[in-house]
Amino acid sequence: MTAPTTARRSRNQALRRRARRQTTLHALPWLAPALILIGGVVLFPVGYMIYTSFRDLTRFGTDRGWAGWENYERVLDLGHLPRVLVNTGVWVVGVVALSIGFGLVLAQFLNKRFPGRKILRMVVIVPWAASVVMTSTIFVYGLDPFYGIINKFLVDVGILDAPFGFLKSPLPGFLSAMAVAVFVSVPFTTFVLLAGLQTVPHDVLEAAQIDGANRTQTYWRVVFPMLRGALAVATIINVINVFNNLPILKTMTGAIPGYDADTTTSLMFKIIQSDRQIDTASALSVLNFVVVVVVIGIYLRVVRPMRQED
Amino acid sequence: MAREKKRWGLTIVGTVVALVFLFPYLIMLVGAFKPRREILQVPPAYLPDNWEPGNFLTMWDTPETPLPFNLLSTVVISLGGTALALLAALPAAYYTARHRFRLRLPFLLLVLVTQMLQPTVLASGLFREFVELGINDTWLAMILVNAAFNLSFAVWIMHSFFASVPNEIEEAAWLDGCSKGQSLRRIMLPLVWPGIVTAVIFTFIACWNEFAASLILLPTDVNQPLTVALTRFIGQYESAWQYVFAVSIIGILPVVALFALIEKHLVSGLTAGGVK
Repeated sequence: MTAPTTARRSRNQALRRRARRQTTLHALPWLAPALILIGGVVLFPVGYMIYTSFRDLTRFGTDRGWAGWENYERVLDLGHLPRVLVNTGVWVVGVVALSIGFGLVLAQFLNKRFPGRKILRMVVIVPWAASVVMTSTIFVYGLDPFYGIINKFLVDVGILDAPFGFLKSPLPGFLSAMAVAVFVSVPFTTFVLLAGLQTVPHDVLEAAQIDGANRTQTYWRVVFPMLRGALAVATIINVINVFNNLPILKTMTGAIPGYDADTTTSLMFKIIQSDRQIDTASALSVLNFVVVVVVIGIYLRVVRPMRQED
Repeated sequence: MAREKKRWGLTIVGTVVALVFLFPYLIMLVGAFKPRREILQVPPAYLPDNWEPGNFLTMWDTPETPLPFNLLSTVVISLGGTALALLAALPAAYYTARHRFRLRLPFLLLVLVTQMLQPTVLASGLFREFVELGINDTWLAMILVNAAFNLSFAVWIMHSFFASVPNEIEEAAWLDGCSKGQSLRRIMLPLVWPGIVTAVIFTFIACWNEFAASLILLPTDVNQPLTVALTRFIGQYESAWQYVFAVSIIGILPVVALFALIEKHLVSGLTAGGVK
């Protein structure tokens, strides 16, 4: 009695498996262009970068053979590395935390109804859509101690006594760059958090009101917990973007001698561009890449994107 | 009545917020019309004494950078990158939204991971690869990079539009004798059109603004896009800020206008459905 049933079941399973294999084959032509592009321009360079990090290259790119861990040792021996690592931590944590803070306030504000709200939404988009290099250069000009308009404004309103060379030394330069990084990150953050706010159902807010919760209580006990998903997404995507950000540091502090205002990303570009050491740069890139992979891992675990797909 | 008043109070706060977000771009707008002498004037003046619209004409012919070529580079790279991304993303988005197969989730996961990777972190690998292929310092290299790293957004946004079309509509088309290709063309495409437009505009803007990879992969000035060329006007001793800002206006205005059109679809595409 059991034997034929089992046989039938396994036959059914085999059929189903074959059907599935067939649909996977059918899928291939539809997915092939995307797969070729990802394989050739994303995955292959990852492998090639790791390979290069173990090779010894001349400044002109000639491969002189196996280098073992030499490139990594050279990166770890860089005298300015500790400072750059501290900078990177401050840069990522500071910029992301401030962006989230401002984003929360601005999203709350944009979630209210008032005349001109639509126009304000459009205005907030501008720093997000605009090229980051172009936005940063405006600040390079504005913060100049001699002809900079922002400096003049700060003096005119009494915040500064005299124009200040914001971008002439590492610490003020780095802090100014962080401010600009916050400025360009707030719009995206705001829009993600606003999307989160709009999922909070109206009757939940009403229920809280009926139960006698005041506005602060309603926000922290009811609204904020429901924003957790949006906060996680905004934080992680910002971490990736801010960590990889080159244009702001390149334009704002790139002219300051030394490495006191560099993150690992801007340091890597200096090694490629000024020193032309692709092998050392690759070793540093691999270390950067590991950081990015860890963040992606956290993203997949915590946010669980594509959840409506399962 | 009190409520009305409060709302207008919010409008005043909103105006201040708007000014905070716009002030750099106002500096840019005014700076583009300052004559060379006035933009380097110490101390500076907020508004120019003589407005100089001629900056928009003279910037095309300067010793710093071959600007007409730079604009051409930006346009070619952006159009090429967008076309290639769309060509690769459209069939993948359609198939993964309308069909179930074993490698569907792994494929979508792979696409998602590429969204989190940026050419910045892979710059040295990309540089070595394109040198080996002999296409370093060409527009093709940047078209490939832009298409690959923006593929993910395009797949996600179009995927969600395809997935929202009810099965019955497509089945009805098949019953009426449409082939798969026909139903895709005649039934699906018109329904998912907003998703395609969003994907196209977003990819185009991302290509248009790309900086880090172009900086490494395009060393020759005539090949460089506006974002890289712009920095050539900023010298160690003297800078042509009036040209920096005039170029920035061309670089920023069109993309801001395009961006505003797709604003309401952006979040779902960028977060892969993590936030609705």
